Amino acid sequence: MDWEIVIGLETHVQLSTESKIFSNSSTRFGAAPNTQASVVDLALPGTLPVMNYGAVERAIVFGLAIGAHVAPFSKFERKNYFYPDLPKNYQISQLEIPVVQGGSLRFFVGDEEKTINLTRAHLEEDAGKSLHENFTGPHGESSTGIDLNRAGTPLLEIVTEPELRSAAEAVAYARTLHALVVWLGICDGNMQEGSFRVDANVSVRPRGQKEFGTRCEIKNVNSFRFLERAILFEARRQIELIEDGGTVVQETRLYDADRDETRSMRSKEDAHDYRYFPDPDLPPLVIAPEWIERIRAAMPELPSQKRQRFEEELGLTAYDAAQLTMDRATSDYFEEVAAALPQGQAKLGANWILGELAATLNREERELADCPVRPEQLAALIQRIIDGTISNKIARDVFAAMWAGEENGNPDAIIEARGLKQISDSGAISTMIDEVLAANPAIVEEYRAGRQKAFNSLVGQVMKAAKGKANPQQVNQLLKEKLDA
Amino acid sequence: MANLPLHTQFPSIQALRETLRSGELSAVELARSALEAIEAQSQLNAFLHVDAELTLAQASQADAALKSGEAPSLAGIPIAHKDVFVTRGWRTTAASRMLENYVSPFDATVVSRLAGAGAVSLGKLNCDEFAMGSGNETSYFGPVLNPWDHSRVPGGSSGGSAAAVAAGLVMAATGTDTGGSIRQPSAFCGLSGIKPTYGTVSRFGMIAYGSSLDQAGPIARHARDLLELLEPMVGFDPMDSTSLESCDGKANNAQRIRSNFDAALASQQQKGERPLDGLRIGVPREYFNGGLSPDVAQAVEQALRTFEELGAVRVEISLPRTELSIPAYYVIAPAEASTNLSRFDGVRFGHRTAQYGDLEEMTSRSRFEGFGPEVRRRILAGTYVLCHGYYDAYYLQAQRVRRMITTDFQQAFSEHCDVIMGPVSPNVARQIGDNREDPLADWLSDIYTLSVSLAGLPAMSVPCGFSAEPKLPIGLQIIGNYFAEGELLAIADCFQQATDWHQRTPGQQ
Repeated sequence: MDWEIVIGLETHVQLSTESKIFSNSSTRFGAAPNTQASVVDLALPGTLPVMNYGAVERAIVFGLAIGAHVAPFSKFERKNYFYPDLPKNYQISQLEIPVVQGGSLRFFVGDEEKTINLTRAHLEEDAGKSLHENFTGPHGESSTGIDLNRAGTPLLEIVTEPELRSAAEAVAYARTLHALVVWLGICDGNMQEGSFRVDANVSVRPRGQKEFGTRCEIKNVNSFRFLERAILFEARRQIELIEDGGTVVQETRLYDADRDETRSMRSKEDAHDYRYFPDPDLPPLVIAPEWIERIRAAMPELPSQKRQRFEEELGLTAYDAAQLTMDRATSDYFEEVAAALPQGQAKLGANWILGELAATLNREERELADCPVRPEQLAALIQRIIDGTISNKIARDVFAAMWAGEENGNPDAIIEARGLKQISDSGAISTMIDEVLAANPAIVEEYRAGRQKAFNSLVGQVMKAAKGKANPQQVNQLLKEKLDA
Repeated sequence: MANLPLHTQFPSIQALRETLRSGELSAVELARSALEAIEAQSQLNAFLHVDAELTLAQASQADAALKSGEAPSLAGIPIAHKDVFVTRGWRTTAASRMLENYVSPFDATVVSRLAGAGAVSLGKLNCDEFAMGSGNETSYFGPVLNPWDHSRVPGGSSGGSAAAVAAGLVMAATGTDTGGSIRQPSAFCGLSGIKPTYGTVSRFGMIAYGSSLDQAGPIARHARDLLELLEPMVGFDPMDSTSLESCDGKANNAQRIRSNFDAALASQQQKGERPLDGLRIGVPREYFNGGLSPDVAQAVEQALRTFEELGAVRVEISLPRTELSIPAYYVIAPAEASTNLSRFDGVRFGHRTAQYGDLEEMTSRSRFEGFGPEVRRRILAGTYVLCHGYYDAYYLQAQRVRRMITTDFQQAFSEHCDVIMGPVSPNVARQIGDNREDPLADWLSDIYTLSVSLAGLPAMSVPCGFSAEPKLPIGLQIIGNYFAEGELLAIADCFQQATDWHQRTPGQQ
């Protein structure tokens, strides 16, 4: 049977505020356990939550970026369940009226563009951490340690509609969302530290069937690779289960990266009754239109807007424009390069950044931020290709020299010092061709006998003689003239 | 100075302040004497935690301020705090085994503001466990005796506060009122008490019971002393998101209440013989139905006549949803309490059971052992009404009723009257132990106070008479519109100029 996979994602994005969502303790990662837990985070008797408007502002920024409705009035509820690292034994979250409603995000799967609708994004507080393994109490007994540094860290939970249809789509969406929240500066994007965690709701159904299958939720996946593998495993598990005559049970599952499988965590029957109700300690969150407008005015140009501009004004392909707007550093780099090039030549800049530059960064395992070749230097190199000083092929050698820091990365100085200037003098090229033709009568015969390959061989000989510096178009043209004469 | 009750020596905070400022008596001498009196009256069980060192340190600070001539308003005035306000020095237990040895690392806003005003705290006062109760009998540390009759309850939940003031151990005390917990013990102990408008006094550092209802206020002998306490207590607090920055356009601060009080007083003075001329008193007919005891009905009627003599007019009004306030309150308050009290799990602080196998057992045993039966009852009720499938029928329905009750009050104030008066409680203080087998009886006796809490309105209790036999104090409830604290206190003050119920003390009624 032909199966269709249906996926919806819930992403917990840790917002980049200095202090926690309801207290003034720091959100910095990595401090000694419980040193960043105030009386509010510890839920000591008599403490009350106070809204951190920095977290609200970041939620608004996100809402505007995805074209969502930013609710002028939203509410906070208590989600009740007992767990030792949840100090109040309830989490303050938003259920009924979330701060961000609707919206959509466009993303690429390969070079195919997709749009996904978002259901909502709501503010909530994170819990602390429990350390169950290898933890001993004060008397050496096996124990559970609680670290409340993370308790109260602001989260934006972003929920999609169940519109994703493959693991690749899910990953592409998650990457685009990750890139967006980092771009907007509302999240540091650090997945190892848990700043961006994904829950995937996965179900399968026979292709063509309208009703959704029973879904399983895979919790807390913190890498794109694991997300893809978890979904692939889970979809296969469900399909095999159904094909073997079984039925999928709605449940929460965990992905075990070591074994590359998902495992049942709790079934629907074990699910908590969270007893949600409006938190009486927090008045409704009221967002005035003026506040939204102030934030809108200060928004950076969004990746989607930049992409459109790159396509329309700079003539880039949709794919290149999308690639260049995956992160702010790349798009800034590209814009600097493009600005230094003659009009209409931005495409060449894009090719270089997505080609040679990206490949080199990748090979050297470096970020664009520590790229030794500055945008104006790359533009100067491209300029020499445009004006015919060097060929594309030679330019790659110059680029490598620039990367290595030769001549302070100045392409002209490198071209000069290495004598790489292209030979465009037709007299000189003509002489070189004559010498090659004279030295290779057999190949010339083959060409005359109609074998095109022989022509390419002759071009190669000429370029070799010119040490690669001869203008290839001129070589082609002159050689043809001489042979066909 | 002998261990005489304070009220036999100082008729008011104002009078005591003058004595302290004259230098005749030092704050330290006064505090020592009060500490001795507390010790001598320990059978009342009003105080849970006394610490002479802490008290005397505050008193000597007050003396220094008094000497400098720049003493704040309450410098040296002996008060005490209900044990649901967290205090850095004294233990804070909420009268529960759960917090038997708990010491807070910070002071409640109410505590620090009163300390800032110079008041000297004599310690922490007994109350119903987590403020849940109407007789101060749910305290883990035992019941408080009513100074008027030691076989009777002082009321609750702020029973220790009322008993301490009535016995003359302190000039005034803080209390909290979620469904009547300031007003009812004030009535049972022959005192004045005020629950201000919800949001005017910070809840930060007040151990939460029903967050949308809880409001702190003072208990004292009369309106003028209440005003002295209320002034430093009110005010916006950035640590409490439900605390108000402004009240009807005026900043939420002491000045607002004082200037409203002064203005009302000035207007009374202009009217001469009939100082309350034109004041429309709404009397809800639902407050005088079957359950009201004849003694209370008669005392309230007498008080209303006094008000008429002072120039006020009586208007019969209807608050048709009064009876519904009981089920609405006993859904909403326990619902909030059930999750407010979730944090008491034995993990970070408070009682932890001695023996447990796993985390779940640790939490459930700690809670079972730490909470008394009334607290457990309300947590269970609250958990039930919030459960999936019951939420709409109970919690949402109760919220609807709450809105209707609020609307009823607003209609009364906008169309018929300036204040509303009636009884505080259907009866006088009952015998200790009377309702032990029937917890619902106490719930039902909250009928006159609950609706005010649900609506968030300010309300007072003022002494207005005694029952015939035995002679026990009766309270009159005066309910105002939002932010009418100053006016309410002025009206009560006018009544207290004309009557002497508030001057009666236990043993000499």
